[in-house]
Amino acid sequence: MPKLPALSGLTRWRVLLLLLSLLTLLPLAVIIPAVFSPDPAIWSHLVDYLLPQLFLNSAYLMLGVGCGVLLIGVSLAWLVAVYDFPGRRFFNWALMLPLAMPAYVMGFSQLGLFDYTGPLQSWLRASWGDSSWVPSIRSTPGVILVLTLAFYPYVYLLARNAFATQGRRALEVGQSLGLSRVQGFWRVALPMARPWIMGGLMLALMETLADFGTVSIFNYDAFTSAIYKAWFSFFSLDTAKQLASMLVLIVFVLVVLEQRARGRRAYTQSGRAAPLHRLPLQGGAAALAVLFASLVLLLAFVLPFGQIVWWSYQSLEAELNGDLLSYSLHSVVLSALAALLVCAVALLLSYAQRRAPSRVNQMLARLATMGYAVPGTVLAVGIFVPVAWLDNVLLGLFSSVLPQGTTAILKGSLLVLLLAYLARFLAVGHTSVDAAMHRITRSQEEAARNLGWFGWRLVTRLHLPLLRGGLMTALLMVFVDVMKEMPITLMTRPFGWDTLAVRIFTLTTEGEWERAALPAVAIVLAGLLPVILLSKEEN
Amino acid sequence: MSALLEFSAVSHAYGARRVIDSMSFSLQDGEIGCLLGGSGCGKTTVLRCIAGFETLGEGEIRLSGRVLADAAMAVPAHQREIGMVFQDYALFPHLTVEDNIGFGLSALARSERKSRVAAMLALVGLVSYAKNYPHELSGGQQQRVALARALATRPRLLLLDEPFSNLDVDLRERLSREVRDILKHEGVSAILVTHDQHEAFAVADKVGVMQGGALLQWATPYQLYHEPVSRYVANFIGQGVLVPGKVSGPRCLTLEVGEFCGLLPLGFAGGDTVDVLLRPDDVVHDDASEQTAVVVDKVFRGADFHYTLALPSGQHVLAQVGSHHNHAIGESIGIRLELDHLIAFKRE
Repeated sequence: MPKLPALSGLTRWRVLLLLLSLLTLLPLAVIIPAVFSPDPAIWSHLVDYLLPQLFLNSAYLMLGVGCGVLLIGVSLAWLVAVYDFPGRRFFNWALMLPLAMPAYVMGFSQLGLFDYTGPLQSWLRASWGDSSWVPSIRSTPGVILVLTLAFYPYVYLLARNAFATQGRRALEVGQSLGLSRVQGFWRVALPMARPWIMGGLMLALMETLADFGTVSIFNYDAFTSAIYKAWFSFFSLDTAKQLASMLVLIVFVLVVLEQRARGRRAYTQSGRAAPLHRLPLQGGAAALAVLFASLVLLLAFVLPFGQIVWWSYQSLEAELNGDLLSYSLHSVVLSALAALLVCAVALLLSYAQRRAPSRVNQMLARLATMGYAVPGTVLAVGIFVPVAWLDNVLLGLFSSVLPQGTTAILKGSLLVLLLAYLARFLAVGHTSVDAAMHRITRSQEEAARNLGWFGWRLVTRLHLPLLRGGLMTALLMVFVDVMKEMPITLMTRPFGWDTLAVRIFTLTTEGEWERAALPAVAIVLAGLLPVILLSKEEN
Repeated sequence: MSALLEFSAVSHAYGARRVIDSMSFSLQDGEIGCLLGGSGCGKTTVLRCIAGFETLGEGEIRLSGRVLADAAMAVPAHQREIGMVFQDYALFPHLTVEDNIGFGLSALARSERKSRVAAMLALVGLVSYAKNYPHELSGGQQQRVALARALATRPRLLLLDEPFSNLDVDLRERLSREVRDILKHEGVSAILVTHDQHEAFAVADKVGVMQGGALLQWATPYQLYHEPVSRYVANFIGQGVLVPGKVSGPRCLTLEVGEFCGLLPLGFAGGDTVDVLLRPDDVVHDDASEQTAVVVDKVFRGADFHYTLALPSGQHVLAQVGSHHNHAIGESIGIRLELDHLIAFKRE
């Protein structure tokens, strides 16, 4: 029997990496050409009616949320990292809590709190007879406020770690060169922490661009909600594609700007400075610090969470039924499947990078994990289009075998949904698996080989035990992320697979906030797990 | 000459842990001082107190007669005109070499700042690296940038915290001489902190040995080596052994190998038993001598041999002997003691 030429080990890894990079390349290849060759009819309609407003709104949001998260995130990080004040240890981790709450939950909860019928305005009317002077939260500033409160922890976390390692030191260097503490903050500490702050800002802006749930609830015209509407209300996949291409363009510009701003500078933390004592704040300064941190925590977590808990309590009897159970089950099953798939692939990816660490392979690995930067709505469109094409081809080929009236094979199947999750969340899993992989040194591996372990035995006896922590973290992170995920699930789920997030979308677009609260509480409670994990890792 | 820095009876504690215990010393204008000690001896804290990063529990620090800090007040660090070179250099990664050096000069006019930076670059020999970023430089070059940045502001006193500890041994020795030359050339007074005795001796005019938050001795390197005031200093500085002896006169001692008299009174009563410090260079190899010792161990160091010798009683001593005197282990060789400085400590 003639043998097929065997692929060498290195080639096999290359093929694997190529396939994985297709996960993000294919959707982008479907979407991006629309930038350069717009359909004239759709294009003129978009330019006349939609695009100006969409670009303007995106600009408002990015500017507003960008400034907001910088202001809140950096100031809180500085306080907590460099100063000591009553409750500092509590705020240190509590300020991360908003991470547990998806922006859309924060959104409808804040609407409930601050809208005309909400407790604040009702109380104002009852006490003073008028609340019309209160600015409406259903506005651009309202959306900006909600997204800022939801996304500031990204900046806070990264800036805090930067300040904790070099903040006080930076002040001292400044002082030894004749700068006061205030000058030292602006001229030394802030510029030195810039890459971390910018990293947090980038995450927050990416999330802002990708946000679908909040803008839908606020009826705010953004690219993501427009893509959804074009596809599911006007049934124009081509319009959706065109809009998606614009959104990708904005993301791309953002990434390029950030890369260019770095230039030749390299920010490594030099040396091993001894941990420094925090500067104690006294009296008024300490009170102000506590007040500020409490206010942010109250607005960003305590109040909105309290609101949905209260609603849940009130609607418990009506809502706690078989339907909720099935939504929850769908959420859990999908999240678990996606988490397993993502982690298995992340492990393969990491292993491929280790076994075949060439430049091309590193680039392919980076491409494969790029999906985190692609908004879910774009990914949904970008994956649906090739799958629909493939379906048509398959239907043509197998029309004789298939039962009469078959219109879809892959379309609307669980497989497509899982592939979309994989594309979007591979980076999440890969980060923690790869970090664990890097902790296994080459000499540890060589020592094991030297002792006669090789092949699968090496993997099961050396790699897997050492990777267990990283894998568990990855599983948990992906599980919770999929649980919170809204647009991909909404747009590519198989018929009948409504999840908690989809349920929240359906109810909130009808203004049924009270009924949406119970599934929201479930999601927030799941979301608390990685936050707890994160704060544990730090201690 | 008046004292530039007076560090008087200073104590400092982190919570309940006392890291500096009523410590005093002073530095003359133009002098380079060095605090030498193991890790955790409090030497870095002394530096941080002078810089103004720590407050004093007790005592007083004066610079040119003006009080910088005492238990009640402290001049803010940035107003002290005291420069500092940090252990990890703490260069600004986002600024070029010239911007790093010019960082503290924002009060100067543009042209003045430029010429000062140029002068500093020339001083540390990095003119061609002006536009580079710190990460593009070697460790030694980064160190020189840190020095130039601190010197650029013309501080009245420069503090150096373990400045050479991140460099390899070769570079460490060369750079420590270079730094001394630069400081002397600029006429800058400085205090450095180190755990490395060679570094201290290479750079400093005065060296202080610290232990457990206390300053044991503050003296020239020569005095520290030849006239240590305590057992700890004697052991810490240089090599040597303590051998038993008996006081036989106000300036004289009897050892196993004979009687020796020094130039200064010993301060012990006749008949006291003491431990006498013998440095390797005190024990001289002399084939003509009747006194012999057996070679127990030897280390060839290129320019010389370090022999460990056993006296007839079994007492070991160290001897530094020229590199041509190659003797086998077990061989008996003639020795003679040349004790110019008699250093003895009461037997414990």
